[in-house]
Amino acid sequence: MHGLISKAIQSFLQDSHGDSLWEDVALRSGVAQLLGPDGFEAMQSYDTALVEAVLATASQLLVTPRESLLEDLGTYLVSNDRLEALRRLLRFGGVSFTDFLYSLDDLQGRTRMAVPELELPELSISEDGPGRFILTCHRCPGGFGHVMVGVLRTLADDYGALAVLEHRGSRPTPVQGTRRADQTYDELIVIELYDPAYHAGRSFELAVPEAP
Amino acid sequence: MDCDFCLPGFTLGPGPLGHLMPMYLHLDSRCQIRAAGPTLLKLMGSSAIGAPLESVFALRRPARPRRAHDLAQSMRLRMNLLKPPCTGFKGVAVPLRGGEEVLVNLSFGYAVREAVRDHGLSDTDFAPTDLVIELLYLAEAKAAVMGELEKMNLRLRGAMHQAEEQALTDTLTGLRNRRAMERQLGILIASGRPFALMHLDLDFFKAVNDTLGHGAGDHVLIEVGRMLRASVRDSDLVTRVGGDEFIILLAGITQPGPVEELGARIRENVSQPIVFEGRPCHIAASVGVVLSCDYPQPEADRLLSDVDHALYAAKRAGRGRMVIMRPDDRPGNGSMLATLPQRGVG
Repeated sequence: MHGLISKAIQSFLQDSHGDSLWEDVALRSGVAQLLGPDGFEAMQSYDTALVEAVLATASQLLVTPRESLLEDLGTYLVSNDRLEALRRLLRFGGVSFTDFLYSLDDLQGRTRMAVPELELPELSISEDGPGRFILTCHRCPGGFGHVMVGVLRTLADDYGALAVLEHRGSRPTPVQGTRRADQTYDELIVIELYDPAYHAGRSFELAVPEAP
Repeated sequence: MDCDFCLPGFTLGPGPLGHLMPMYLHLDSRCQIRAAGPTLLKLMGSSAIGAPLESVFALRRPARPRRAHDLAQSMRLRMNLLKPPCTGFKGVAVPLRGGEEVLVNLSFGYAVREAVRDHGLSDTDFAPTDLVIELLYLAEAKAAVMGELEKMNLRLRGAMHQAEEQALTDTLTGLRNRRAMERQLGILIASGRPFALMHLDLDFFKAVNDTLGHGAGDHVLIEVGRMLRASVRDSDLVTRVGGDEFIILLAGITQPGPVEELGARIRENVSQPIVFEGRPCHIAASVGVVLSCDYPQPEADRLLSDVDHALYAAKRAGRGRMVIMRPDDRPGNGSMLATLPQRGVG
């Protein structure tokens, strides 16, 4: 798994739950022993099992279901000041929340253009009646949809849109022919957009803001 | 391009044209601005309509167009806004049907980030097909990735520095260790600066260890280390190179005199009892010294071997003594220059 993801999970646990919790997680999941005191580095690649162990340990220590933890991670990714760069990169997707939703079709390609090694699942958005969208995360690692719910809910607010999101669970990726042994799953999210311009939202200037 | 005029064409109103090319310029035959796309209009100000091109822009290529058609002859146009921030453009001009007028389309080129910042442009200021947004996105993504790499670099450099520190430090006394001494010795020799090499060995240390225990021994080593560091200049290097052995490198020394003084002071201090848990520990120091300037071409191995002989000679002469060895003094090569007994110590 790409270090940007592992590092994001680490930063989320540190910033939202404190360094001491992270140290506990690092120790119990084996990160401290394998990687030393700094934990993950953003520009390296890590064993997915190690990252899963971090999530499982954090979920246990925080007595929080994995799904809620992942949703919080999604919220953190686009709302924390330290990750302002990521929020900006996502906001490049469109002028309005609706426009942004349509840009999710390209998210995989956009990500690949920025960091070729960073593999995100393919996303597709479809309209399901007026103001109602379904986002499908294809062949995604389990729980990815919950991260997306956190990201989208926060970004809707960022755009000033009034939207209700719901994770609709996962289903086996439809495949032609027989079921394969390496069964993958798609996750579905329903987005009900009540008012794309409910409030002013946060501003987004194309130009990079001057450093204070 | 002129033969294009024979083919059927189409007409486009200013609205759709501005939507396709928000930075177009319509020039009449004498290079007067007749119309402009919405984004360019925002940059120039509406007073530019009707004004000569060269009263709004500084033309760099072609430098002096006499008529609008000269622009269409040029492969690529280059121009700047005359008023600050003098935003630069590249562009292309094509002739229009039925006259001498031309249509120019401009773009920011590499200066796009500055232009977006200076003029507060947003995505609606660009044609939906324009790759500007993707370009700005990429530039920011690159900056974010570079930022992460830079942070990682800093962390790695810090970790490397710490590891190096640890590798050069004696954990008990906090003095530099043998590796650090060898490195500094190499540096001094390579620099050609004269220096003195002082080798110090504690006498009766084993007795302290045996009678009062290792805790006392460790305490003595720490205290001696502290005392040695306090006795020399900041630029000198005090190292613990073995159990109860210390080497001090003193830069800039060419005469035995200062070393004799320092040696005497050190031996005097070391001979003062060190108290450990209420009980005094009695030790002394034997010292051997060599001076690099005594050697035509000082070599680390030779200096270390000679200073070892000097220390050995001092030990043989009785405890608490110092021997400064000159190259001719090697055993079988005559006598020592100085065998200095310590005042008050046998």
